[in-house]
Amino acid sequence: MGDFLVFEGISKSFGELKVLDNVSLSIEKGTIFSILGPSGCGKTTLLRICAGFEYPDRGRVILDGKDITSDRPNRRRVNTVFQNYSLFPHMTVRENISFGLQMAGFDRSRISGEVDRYLELIQMSDQADKKATKLSGGQMQRVAIARALINKPQVLLLDEPLAALDLKLRQRMLVELDWIHDEVGITFLYVTHDQGEAMSISDHIAVMNKGRIEQQGTPVQVYEAPTNSFVAAFIGDTNFFETEITSIEDSYCRMNIKDFADGVIVYNDKNFPQGSRVYLSIRPEKFVISHAEPESHRKRNMVRGVVEEIIYMGTHTVFWVRVGDYRIQVRQSHDRFLLDEKIIEHGNTVCISWHADNCYILDRYDERDESLLTLPDDDVTVAPENIISAGK
Amino acid sequence: MRRSRIPFYLLVGMLVFLYLPLIIVIVNSFNMSRYGGQWGGFTLKWYSRLFSDRTIWYALGNSLLIALTSTVTSMVLGTTAAIALYRFKTRLQSAHRLFIHLPLVMPDILVGISLLLFFVALKVRLGLFTIYLAHVTFCISYVAMVVLGRLQDFNYAVIEAAMDLGASWPAAIRKVMIPMITPGIMAGGLLAFTLSIDDFVITFFVSGPGSATLPLYIYSMIRHGSPMVINALTGIFIVFTFTVVTISKKLLEEK
Ligand SMILES: Nc1ncnc2c1ncn2[C@@H]1O[C@H](COP(=O)(O)OP(=O)(O)O)[C@@H](O)[C@H]1O
Ligand SMILES: [Mg+2]
Repeated sequence: MGDFLVFEGISKSFGELKVLDNVSLSIEKGTIFSILGPSGCGKTTLLRICAGFEYPDRGRVILDGKDITSDRPNRRRVNTVFQNYSLFPHMTVRENISFGLQMAGFDRSRISGEVDRYLELIQMSDQADKKATKLSGGQMQRVAIARALINKPQVLLLDEPLAALDLKLRQRMLVELDWIHDEVGITFLYVTHDQGEAMSISDHIAVMNKGRIEQQGTPVQVYEAPTNSFVAAFIGDTNFFETEITSIEDSYCRMNIKDFADGVIVYNDKNFPQGSRVYLSIRPEKFVISHAEPESHRKRNMVRGVVEEIIYMGTHTVFWVRVGDYRIQVRQSHDRFLLDEKIIEHGNTVCISWHADNCYILDRYDERDESLLTLPDDDVTVAPENIISAGK
Repeated sequence: MRRSRIPFYLLVGMLVFLYLPLIIVIVNSFNMSRYGGQWGGFTLKWYSRLFSDRTIWYALGNSLLIALTSTVTSMVLGTTAAIALYRFKTRLQSAHRLFIHLPLVMPDILVGISLLLFFVALKVRLGLFTIYLAHVTFCISYVAMVVLGRLQDFNYAVIEAAMDLGASWPAAIRKVMIPMITPGIMAGGLLAFTLSIDDFVITFFVSGPGSATLPLYIYSMIRHGSPMVINALTGIFIVFTFTVVTISKKLLEEK
């Protein structure tokens, strides 16, 4: 059941440039599977291999148990929503949507009925006779989806379908896409560089970088349990710490972090042995920041630092806290911000604490991935009282 | 700051130089006087004489026949050439591009003579058929150039979209690319038509007995017939060419 669409060790080079490097994925029927990665990492190339516009140098594509690697595009039961929609500009909405059925040789009355149904699905029945070039971005998007879906493909490929839309429309279309998916129940392979899109729409995410799959899993898995520094830094924000494991305590381990007075305790689900030098990732919102020392607990870690910068964001506040060489990003939401008497201010010494289960030991760390993280901005330091008085 | 008026004078000078002779010809075609020099009153008699000359109609028939057939042929071949040049960027296509460009810059007289030698060598009888072939050779280039221009901003992704939706490559070209570049093909065809119908030099070399086209006949009339009838004929020709060129420009602007 699990292996409806399978990429098996796909490699592809354009001349000297290796674009895909041994990519293997397995996609379950009826789900939305996202490939998430920065621009230029090879996402479109992988989709084009699946659609039949490129052929891999090595590896196979298997759809519903059948090897389709070398089938022509028009022989695959796969349809694509292209990055810029690629509607037929000389045709109306109706003609665009009916194109696939015409190619399949259905008779006229059947086509007309089907097209009506799909026009309804995308809520564009009243626009059926408009020229494709006269549509707005969101409408083109919907026509592109209907034009692909009407052929009842086994898999629908979507290449950054929302990238050309503005933010508001993007959010609405995302909801609409999800709804259409529920309606038709077709497997979606969704490609995007936007982590928010991928997180919210997918059942499964594969994070891709430089032609390789870095990690795959549910949105929760890749966010909460990143296996390497790229995934941790590319999806959301995080803090990296260089550590050494000093002792093992059941499924937990103790480790030393330079500049931290006490050792910290961390969930060690991958059984790294004592003495390993590993990197730890802690997301900024997993910290709790306070003036007073929190109640001590066996699985609670605590470190003292000095607040260097405070950025009020409305939904939360970002604190940059200095601990030795580390500048730790902490995000805190607040329920009584204006009433709270003990507001944390610039220059305060604070305690930041986190639970042993709320951090993650990375399998692999690459210093270059640090460039994906948000950095503290040394110039803009806004104390909260200024914001409050400005708001009055 | 005042702008220099020199460009304006240059423009007027150019327009006068280009169009004054044409206007004189048209005005003269309504001139009663037998010899162009002075105005002898308005008349349509040159036009009526023109329309009663049977040889002219015969020559016009030849011209139209050749123009229509060579236009249709070169629209098909020229478009095919343009699509090949657009799609494939191999070394062979670079040579192809050169060959398509060549007739545009080669002197007509060279084309005419070489075609004549070619036909004679092959022992092809000179006549309407050889004129047709000669016209096709240069019309293809013009059609190909115009269509290629139109293809410059054609996004190949729509062909992929068509194939994705189940069309074979030929079907995608037929159903999507051809309709999208039709204005270019039509404009190229109109251009080919005007070039064919008033070609003189090349036609002169490859024509045979009884295959005189209109331009050839006009030439012989200048030498043997009435110049005033020629004025009338030229007047009609100018108006006709002007109309066709205007339409073809409109087509090219269409998006
Ligand atoms: N047809 C091609 N020829 C040469 N290089 C290509 C071709 N298609 C893509 N590339 C290169 O492959 C890399 C990955 O491209 P792509 O798959 O489009 O990335 P993404 O969709 O993730 O942005 C890029 O560096 C791109 O320049
Ligand atoms: Mg892309």
